[in-house]
Amino acid sequence: MTVLSDRQQLSYIASQAADARLNVELETEGMTLNIGPQHPATHGTLRIICRLDGEQVVWAEPSCGYMHRGYEKLTEVRTFPQVTTLVNRIDWLGSFANEVPFILAAEKLMEIEAPPRAQVIRTILFELSRIANVSLFLGDLGVQMGAITPVFLAFRDREYVLNLIEGATGGRFHPNFDRIGGLKDDLPAGWIAETKQVMVKLREFCDIIEDLLFGNEIFQSRMRGIGIIPADVAKDYGLSGANLRASGVDYDLRRDQDIAMAWDKADWKVWTHPDGDSFARCWIRLQETRESCKIVEQLLDQVPAGPIMTKVPRIIKVPEGEAWVSTENPLGEMGYYVVSKGDLGPFRVKIRSASFNNISIVPWALTGVYVPDIITILASLYFILGDIDR
Amino acid sequence: MARLSDSTDTTAEDALALPGDGLREGIIDDLRRRIGDAVIDTHIAPNDDLWVRVSTESWRDTAVALKAAGFTFFSFLSGLDWMPSPYGKGEEDPTAEPQEPDTEIRQGVTGGETRFQVFARLVDLDRHVGVTVKADVPDDRPVVDSWSSVFAGANWHERECHEMFGIGFNGHPDLRNMYLPTDFEGYPLRKDFPLLARMIKPWPGIVDVEPMPAQDTAGEGSASDEPAGGES
Repeated sequence: MTVLSDRQQLSYIASQAADARLNVELETEGMTLNIGPQHPATHGTLRIICRLDGEQVVWAEPSCGYMHRGYEKLTEVRTFPQVTTLVNRIDWLGSFANEVPFILAAEKLMEIEAPPRAQVIRTILFELSRIANVSLFLGDLGVQMGAITPVFLAFRDREYVLNLIEGATGGRFHPNFDRIGGLKDDLPAGWIAETKQVMVKLREFCDIIEDLLFGNEIFQSRMRGIGIIPADVAKDYGLSGANLRASGVDYDLRRDQDIAMAWDKADWKVWTHPDGDSFARCWIRLQETRESCKIVEQLLDQVPAGPIMTKVPRIIKVPEGEAWVSTENPLGEMGYYVVSKGDLGPFRVKIRSASFNNISIVPWALTGVYVPDIITILASLYFILGDIDR
Repeated sequence: MARLSDSTDTTAEDALALPGDGLREGIIDDLRRRIGDAVIDTHIAPNDDLWVRVSTESWRDTAVALKAAGFTFFSFLSGLDWMPSPYGKGEEDPTAEPQEPDTEIRQGVTGGETRFQVFARLVDLDRHVGVTVKADVPDDRPVVDSWSSVFAGANWHERECHEMFGIGFNGHPDLRNMYLPTDFEGYPLRKDFPLLARMIKPWPGIVDVEPMPAQDTAGEGSASDEPAGGES
């Protein structure tokens, strides 16, 4: 048996391949690949129809609507305080954060503002729901690529945060805690000290995930340079949150708008990444979890004394007008355009959810990629089905 | 404050650098320069927000002009049905006298002439300012021009708006339904589309009409004047 050098082996393979091309007319035709609606990578029931040429995607189209609940219509037959129950369920991993922009919009129309104590507690709970949301993302990221360990760590550590949210609000997933003019309850005794301990654990979790996933060669090779979204395309599609910042756009609604919340009381940083690839999007989220821990830790030390509710009438009628409020939610910019006619309930609520825009780029982003990259790009764009369909 | 309509371009740049409402007025003047009389009405909520209503014909031109003016971030696009719901809100006190239903169409800030309007929001990420653009949709033929060739993200929003309000978009590549079955009839977010679940069983509403179980027996002796459903 002769031993071939590398060069000989390569030329042999090349000649064989050339023969194959000459002698056999390979008939290739497009193939349609259905991903979902029940696929672990879809976080719910998103179906993606891809047309393939070989292993390359030539056309892709997400099919939504498996979880359409018609919240925009339902808000029109609810009173203002009842709407928070609905919007809780839009992005179900960071529920409290969904309530805040709606309540702020109603408060804007009523020209009232929550007392400082309520604003700080709101901000803390907002950031806790971001941590709960994104820590699950970081764990789930590994599963998409066949790494099982991170998800167990994520579920374990997210539980600490959910316990805190439950301790303060009474609800693990759907707190329904925000009220027009303030909050339902004050913080329970001992909550602040416990939260500080949990934040230490969450920082450790971030370090572990960084070692386990972001330092992993397989992870890097499947993420780096894959699914690049340039900044102008991202803005065109209205991508927001970490997806936008991963394309190098320095924009964060927590910092860049004047809003009745307490983010300006803490010292933190908005991370951006110049690459715009899948890795950048995931890395930004990891850093943002750390920043959230930082914000929570700082705000815990400066919760002001005072009431948690301002004076509001028992039956809330919101004056006629229109208001738009959006905040930087775990998934991106979440906003409510509230139209009131002076009734007990809103006349029309347009819910601008982050995932709807974030996932509308999928036909663009998947065109030309290879099949295994579909999963990682979808995972890195990060969406919640309830947030797409509403 | 210096107005821009009678000034040169250099002062216009100065005005655009102003913070807050000065910046917003500068944006309006800039938009007027770009699309002229197509700007029908504007509204500034002090230190808060900016609305612009443009004519139906210049709906797409407005997007082009605003994009050129720096509003490169597409936030959302949707529709508004200003007709009050003929079915009421389903939250009225069933024991009270029925009220005369409100049938007057009032178009909100920046006004309007038609029942339907389209509205969209664009943001300038560098100056951190957003604008809500509105346009009337003709009653007899509810169609406006599509933004999808200006902002790629408008594609899905227009599909959703078409499905929910029955507003057509000229030049949209593909107005398929997003959520509902293809053969679904009606436009759910129109005010005259009934919410069937609410029609079948009225919402209990804000007033507890049924007494709490404890109150049935509390009639004798100490009459509690706590409202039903109050804190125990």
